[in-house]
Amino acid sequence: MEYDNNWLLSLMVFLPLIGAAVVMLIPKAQEELVKAVALGTTLVTAALGVFMLFDFDYGKSGDLQYVVDKEWINVINSRYILGVDGMSLPLIALTLLIVPLCLVYTFGHFPEPRNPKAILALILILETGMIGTFASQDLILFFVFFEVVLLPMFFMIAVWGGDDRRYASLKFFLYTMFGSALMLVSFLALYFLADGSIVGDQANTFSIVSLSEGASLGISRSAQLWIFAGMFVGFGVKVPMFPFHTWLPDAHTQAPTVGSVILAAVLLKLGTYGFIRIAIPMLPEAASAWAPFIGLLAVIGIIYGALGCLAQRDMKRLIAFSSVAHMGFVMLGISTLTDFGINAAIFGMVAHGLITGMLFFIAGSMKDRYHTLDMGRLGGLLVSAPRLGWILGFSAMASLGLPGLAGFWGEFPAILASYNPASILPESTFRGYMVVAALGTVLAAGYLLWMLQKTAMGNPKEEFADNEEITDVKKHEWIAWAPILALILLFGLYPRPIFTTTDDAVVKSLTVDIQGEEIENCLEVEGADLGKECFANVRETAESMKE
Amino acid sequence: MVALSALAGEGPTSLIQAGGWFLEKAWIIPALPAISFVLILFFGKRMKYKGAEFGIISIAVAFIFAICCVGQWIGQVNNADSYTEKQQYHDEEKHSDKAAHEGILNEEIQRTSFNELGVASSEEIVVSALAEEKDGYSSVGIKPVIERFTWWESGGRSFQVGIMVDGLAVMMLFVVTAISLLVHIYSTEYVAGDRRYTHYFAFLSLFSASMLFFVLSENILQTIVGWELVGVCSFALIGHWWEEKPNSDAALKAFLTNRVGDMGLLVGMIVLFWSAGSWSIVDINNAAINNEIGQSTLLIASLCLTAAVMSKSGQFILHTWLPDAMAGPTPVSALIHAATMVVAGIYMVARLYGVFFEGFDIAGSSFNVLALVGSVTLVGAGLLAFVQDDIKKVLAYSTVSQLGYMVMALGVGAWTAAVFHLFTHAFFKAGLFLGAGSVSHSVHSFDMKKSMGGMRKFMPTTYKTFIVCTIALMGLPPLAGFWSKDEILVGTGGWGLFGGTGGNGTYVFALVMGIIGAALTCAYMTRVIYLTFFGEFRGDTHGHGDPHESGKRITIPLVILAVMATGAGFLNFPVGFLTGSKAGWQERFGHYVEPVATYFPPIAHGTPSWSLAIFSTVVAIIGVSAAGYYFFVKVNAQSPAATELTNGLTEKSKVAKAGHTLLKQKYYLDHLYTDIIANGTKGPVADATYWTNQKGIDEAVNQVGKQTARAATFVYEKIDQNMVDGVVNLSGKASEGLGETTRTIIQRGKIHQYAAIMFAATTILAGLLIVFV
Repeated sequence: MEYDNNWLLSLMVFLPLIGAAVVMLIPKAQEELVKAVALGTTLVTAALGVFMLFDFDYGKSGDLQYVVDKEWINVINSRYILGVDGMSLPLIALTLLIVPLCLVYTFGHFPEPRNPKAILALILILETGMIGTFASQDLILFFVFFEVVLLPMFFMIAVWGGDDRRYASLKFFLYTMFGSALMLVSFLALYFLADGSIVGDQANTFSIVSLSEGASLGISRSAQLWIFAGMFVGFGVKVPMFPFHTWLPDAHTQAPTVGSVILAAVLLKLGTYGFIRIAIPMLPEAASAWAPFIGLLAVIGIIYGALGCLAQRDMKRLIAFSSVAHMGFVMLGISTLTDFGINAAIFGMVAHGLITGMLFFIAGSMKDRYHTLDMGRLGGLLVSAPRLGWILGFSAMASLGLPGLAGFWGEFPAILASYNPASILPESTFRGYMVVAALGTVLAAGYLLWMLQKTAMGNPKEEFADNEEITDVKKHEWIAWAPILALILLFGLYPRPIFTTTDDAVVKSLTVDIQGEEIENCLEVEGADLGKECFANVRETAESMKE
Repeated sequence: MVALSALAGEGPTSLIQAGGWFLEKAWIIPALPAISFVLILFFGKRMKYKGAEFGIISIAVAFIFAICCVGQWIGQVNNADSYTEKQQYHDEEKHSDKAAHEGILNEEIQRTSFNELGVASSEEIVVSALAEEKDGYSSVGIKPVIERFTWWESGGRSFQVGIMVDGLAVMMLFVVTAISLLVHIYSTEYVAGDRRYTHYFAFLSLFSASMLFFVLSENILQTIVGWELVGVCSFALIGHWWEEKPNSDAALKAFLTNRVGDMGLLVGMIVLFWSAGSWSIVDINNAAINNEIGQSTLLIASLCLTAAVMSKSGQFILHTWLPDAMAGPTPVSALIHAATMVVAGIYMVARLYGVFFEGFDIAGSSFNVLALVGSVTLVGAGLLAFVQDDIKKVLAYSTVSQLGYMVMALGVGAWTAAVFHLFTHAFFKAGLFLGAGSVSHSVHSFDMKKSMGGMRKFMPTTYKTFIVCTIALMGLPPLAGFWSKDEILVGTGGWGLFGGTGGNGTYVFALVMGIIGAALTCAYMTRVIYLTFFGEFRGDTHGHGDPHESGKRITIPLVILAVMATGAGFLNFPVGFLTGSKAGWQERFGHYVEPVATYFPPIAHGTPSWSLAIFSTVVAIIGVSAAGYYFFVKVNAQSPAATELTNGLTEKSKVAKAGHTLLKQKYYLDHLYTDIIANGTKGPVADATYWTNQKGIDEAVNQVGKQTARAATFVYEKIDQNMVDGVVNLSGKASEGLGETTRTIIQRGKIHQYAAIMFAATTILAGLLIVFV
């Protein structure tokens, strides 16, 4: 970069926080001003994001860009490092898109108890946390942002949630906290066990760059396995992976609409992002050992989530369970440890963010109109509110992975990748997963169409016939939804932009290298035994490079 | 270049690159209805004809384009023929640098796999091409028009989108646009005044676009995309009247059954992609034919894809959605569920024939899954057609049965026969469906027994066209169905046992089933004709007077289809029929449609046999006569209004009664799928899973939470209160501010305590990890 843009990411991360502070300072009575400031902040942040999307050097999407590297906590050599590469760019863009849309939507549907100031401030804080997580390149910084996200979401559920909000919010908070704790254990272990001197850093380091470029390669196999296990639980809870998923349906069902949307669209991706940014690049050996197990949990999640959906009577809870199934596809892609699979996973994250976010928006709007989401009582949405019904149909089709819409390109390539996982992994096992995952697409069609039939088709039930409240899509809903719908279609027809952006970065993250010098591609060694040997060689190489 | 000269040096064969403006621009054909879909969506309701005009104009232009493509393709094949002659003339002269001189020769071999095509295999192709020459097939291969660009890239592999135009694709473009155009015109009258008229036309356009996109697929990824898109259009149109539950049920059933098959499609295509290393249809076929893919891999892929064919093309045992799909508007049934979409499975097999041919070892065998599925379907569905009272359901089962013929033909290696039957069937079955629609338009019902009878008096045009199409379907000479069905029977190679000559193998089983099916078809169609058009009118017009003939926009498409049903068969006279000369009228369809190219397996062609043609015709006539005697003589004698004999066989014989019940219950397959599999999954299995979730996993989580809280309280009250360390204190104070706000919400929220304990535990754990690991 010829010109120095290192202010850009910091601005993007902290602008929403400043906005939140300003919002807090404005008196409650001036509601319009509160709204204007909040929306203005997110729009400016989004504008910065648009600038970044244009300015980003796609030719070097494998390298970190807009890097800022400043001293932060010297005692533990934790630095303030921010940077963006092809892997985080799509997710940052997704966040920057979803948040303003959520604000616009909230303006028309402030949830009870009505307190615009508080909820807008919380959303802004959330935005800081989310962008910060995707941009940080230091483990402690990452952890801080990862946790910053928790509190606003906790309050959102606890204050504006449904009848069972207290239980749901506490469960959400504690469960994720529990995961984070184990994650932190792993981070600390990395700090002490890895040797940054291999890559010319200080011996003990939290730098994600140093750690993924070789600092952690000297760690013994058993320690790697344990460290990975800690991260696995931490990130796995967030994803959520079976069997750590039970907080999700409760949190989603109880959360206010915007809460659900942000939770589904972005928060879940923090977990999967952790896998591809931290766990796999830093610990390729442990990743290869854990991958078959992760793949197994992923396909169990796919089937299990789908069956969970079929057992639901509440529409929102059904959509929540569908997240478990969809994130299963993402995790399956990741577990193949191939660039192909991880590209698919990132696409799947973006697609799931858009589609499931959209479905939660619709569910929220339906709840506002019907005051219930009991599918036994709903019906005839296409008659009462035709446009809303069609949007629901469109989103359901996207969610079940119809080609031509975004969902397909997350799901199909993940299945495709599992036919041919990294050579070090057991091929036949993954082919088995492939078949199970393909079965999952059948079930996905089953529960989504069933939901569509129950809610949208048929004639409206008597209690809702000629109900004045059941109106068609309102103006603010159109503004909030149109971009999402357009993107679902656009990425469905032309998935290339995301794949080209992520490809280089993913390839880089899978390369076993020391300071960018590839040593030996152990992931592509035939079979687990040779893989072990290969990694042992790598360990020796790494040891020899210690200063 | 090296490879080409080596190839050219080997013998009198070469590849000509097909070209031509229309062929290269064939992507316009699907683009037109796609644009129309968007226009109807946004402007349809505001237009004078509510959006129908967009649909009709776009499909009409697409139809003209398709005809131009047909013309250009024929020109290309003729070109190749003349080149063959020229080449034979120069046979003695040097071939080595022919490529350099002949502008018509393809200058570059773009496809790497073609380069890899060994000398031996090119020789093989030469031999097969030469052998075929006497049948009227040219010996010069024609490379299809392939235009493509990169759709997306991932993991170092590029995924492309493009078109592949050859004889098969061109034929299909013609069929789809022709039927679609007629259906569009017909619909303007048939669905006039419908509650969702504009929406209906929008989906017709989207369907046409998807189907044409599917037909032109250059690679199997595109095939998957098109395949699913036609599926979703079918879903939307079956459920067109979704206010009524049976319709939405039918739509769901169609989509879900197809999804089951799609599982096979996904897996099969994935297997092919990884083993051939390419998405391209040409590459995959080449790899399969040249044995670059192992036999067992091909077999797995073929089996998976067969599952897809079973669902899409309504083959046993995944056919049950197709009769239910008749819940949609009749023109849709004609277009989607008879003439075009359901043949997608057939088309896919025909496209990837190298895979199936090698995978199932079709040559020199006498049994394979494809042939079995097809022949069982054609008889099984033919039997079911007997017990239906709904005229559309009879036609639906008839479609299933005819699709069975096509699948069977592909299974026995009679590629051209299958494709030719697809072609002729499209016209007469569309004619029959639209005819049935015309009748129901006037009596407002599809029930033959309750609402029809004697319709020939009221609807002469419909009656005549229906009769013509019926005869074509029955396979009686000289109408279309006869020629294509006969070719299939010949292709089984089974007749060879009785003195004819064989095809790729000796599929006696398929031949027998094919002949039984022919008799069944004749019999159930005779029943339909009698119940609908003869006897006495049994319906009730609710005081609107007698039923009357439909309007011009309905009858004109019927007449056109009847004409096609009459004439389409003449396109492919068997070899040796009437004339002996190769340049005559015989085998024209096969000549232009069947690829002579590297990507097409060397199939053998059965030699037509007079004895077989006569025999199958006699069987057909027996079928007509038997049913005719029953209905026209016995039932009619009982009463002109009767629909069956009061003391018929089912009353007398227990076996017949049981058989009848079995058929009425559709072999109980619906019970199995709906009650056991679908409801079982949705009911007990899903509930059990959810119960496990709530009572097992979630309960465990809750217990952990509760016990931790209890432990925390203990720690807090007994220990923490006494020896508070600074860190905890600090975090407690920091949380105090937030705690103030939350106090009302979470009265006993001890978040900060939990958090503090968790971090303490974290530190300990980290310590343990570092010390012990």
